[in-house]
Amino acid sequence: MDQGVGIRIEGLSKRYGAGETAVDALKEVNMSVAPGEVVGLIGPSGSGKTTLLKCLGAVIEPTRGRMTLGGDVIYDNAWKISDLRVLRRDRIGFIFQAPYLIPFLDVTDNVALLPMLAGRPNGEARARALELLQALDVAHRAKAETSELSGGEQQRVSIARALANRPPVILADEPTAPLDSDRALAVMRILNQMASQYQTAIIVVTHDEKIIPTFRRLYNIRDGRTFEEAGVGRALV
Amino acid sequence: MISLAGRDILHSWSKFVLTGLGLGLLIGVTFTMAGVYRGMVDDAKVLLNNSGADLWVVQKDTLGPYAESSSIHDDVYRSILGMPGVAQAANVTYLAMQVRRGSTDVRAMVVGFEPGQPGEPGYLVAGRRVTRSHYEAVADVKSGFALGDRISIRRHDYRVVGLTRRMVSSGGDPMVFIPLKDAQEAQFLKDNDAIVNERIRTAANPALNRPGVPGLLDAINASQTSNHNVNAVLVRVAEGRSAEMVGRDIHRWKHLQVFDREQMEEILVAKLIATSAKQIGMFLVILTIVSAAIVAFIIYTMTLGKIREIAVLKLIGTHNRTIAGMILQQALGLGLIGFAVGKITATVWGPAFPRYVLLEPGDALRGFVIVMVVCTLASTLAIRAALKVDPATAIGG
Repeated sequence: MDQGVGIRIEGLSKRYGAGETAVDALKEVNMSVAPGEVVGLIGPSGSGKTTLLKCLGAVIEPTRGRMTLGGDVIYDNAWKISDLRVLRRDRIGFIFQAPYLIPFLDVTDNVALLPMLAGRPNGEARARALELLQALDVAHRAKAETSELSGGEQQRVSIARALANRPPVILADEPTAPLDSDRALAVMRILNQMASQYQTAIIVVTHDEKIIPTFRRLYNIRDGRTFEEAGVGRALV
Repeated sequence: MISLAGRDILHSWSKFVLTGLGLGLLIGVTFTMAGVYRGMVDDAKVLLNNSGADLWVVQKDTLGPYAESSSIHDDVYRSILGMPGVAQAANVTYLAMQVRRGSTDVRAMVVGFEPGQPGEPGYLVAGRRVTRSHYEAVADVKSGFALGDRISIRRHDYRVVGLTRRMVSSGGDPMVFIPLKDAQEAQFLKDNDAIVNERIRTAANPALNRPGVPGLLDAINASQTSNHNVNAVLVRVAEGRSAEMVGRDIHRWKHLQVFDREQMEEILVAKLIATSAKQIGMFLVILTIVSAAIVAFIIYTMTLGKIREIAVLKLIGTHNRTIAGMILQQALGLGLIGFAVGKITATVWGPAFPRYVLLEPGDALRGFVIVMVVCTLASTLAIRAALKVDPATAIGG
């Protein structure tokens, strides 16, 4: 076990189809994100960002390679975890381009749902949710319907949801796309704070030029291969 | 754990309740149809109960007097009265017809009976019993007649002196009870023109109008204009005697058809209303299928409207079982609302139906189980769709 690694992938490949029509979406991708670190993943459309995110999120199976999550090998040319649903629930947080909050749950329960799914008692799950909502400065909307929140508030609630089970890694898919510059930077500031506070490794897939300078490390993916660009940005916290 | 189904229902309760109301009205119609059938069966039983008879003696080889026409002489009852085990025997006539109330017609079953004998109305809810031999009537309240009203039956008018309740024919027509002699006339006596015609025909027939036999023509005319037939004799068996045995004796010695209570109930329920029952059964099956289709469509549509949320729920680790449970609970919730609305509406509008609608608790219980089973089956389509949702769809690209 390597406790110093949030997530590490080595030689990860993903091929769609077979024979002459086969497409190699990922080719020997390598990547490593430490706990508490926020890295960017950029690349043009069709470069393999989403495929990589889906492999990291354990929703599609890579063709070969190795993935280590929080020190545990979860993929080594085959899944090493029998229940990927539980893996996603307990060890991976997701932030989407749109918040995709559950509209029939209030703010607190949107966040508390994950610990509840993991078997935590309702009281403990809600206390955890409130703690996160406070940390993200949306505790005053704890009882609100999600439709009553502003776009920024909804995104903060979705960040709280991603953190709810204290996962070692969070995958953020274009989290600032619908936001203006100020709000986009505010979201990035929050992600950096949360990564630092909860020692979570965060991978942010983005096209957003305005937030690229905020990453200390950046992975550029082109034609299914990653190229690391270190020291591109500045610290936000 | 949060009840996802409950929260979703609360979140869009107006849509849910309105849908449940619509479904409930459909279920209400289904309950009412079942209630109409039960009412028909109950009417048949009440008809037999209120007649006060243990045996129905009718024309040989007929299923009279309710299911088929039957005609026997009105003096037969005397010989039946003399048989061992018979406590009471009385003539009755039954005639389904349009009786007139002022300028309007009322469909009714006119019953001729003898006061104090089997066949008279079991109880009154207003007025008094028939005490005169002619031109008085007791009517079922469903006929719309009130005390003191005049009823026109054939040539004569009758005054309503009493009202009874739940006295209807197997066809649902309210009964009007009149004295036996009047009823015999109403049923068998021809109108004046027909009598005159018949007399002319008889007089013109040399076989019946023989100059050498004085009085023959008058005797024949008299027999043609008088009637001595009834539809049945109702028999009450003496205490301690077996109705079956007494019926067997009457059948053997009088060469008449005899039905006991059980056989008559079989005729009324299994034969007379069998076609109606099948028709209602078909309606029930169709309504059940339509209800299932509606629930399936609603739940499926509601589920399709939540595909993105379901994908997110699956991505963040929600068990398929939890998602399936959510959809199933919503379908059952819809069924529960539909059942409650259906039961209430059927109870409210039941009495307004022209036929008796009997809503039995057992039927309600069976209906509840069927609604829940139908909702469970109907939800499978939506559950299938939800389980097919790929969690990867929550991630863009």
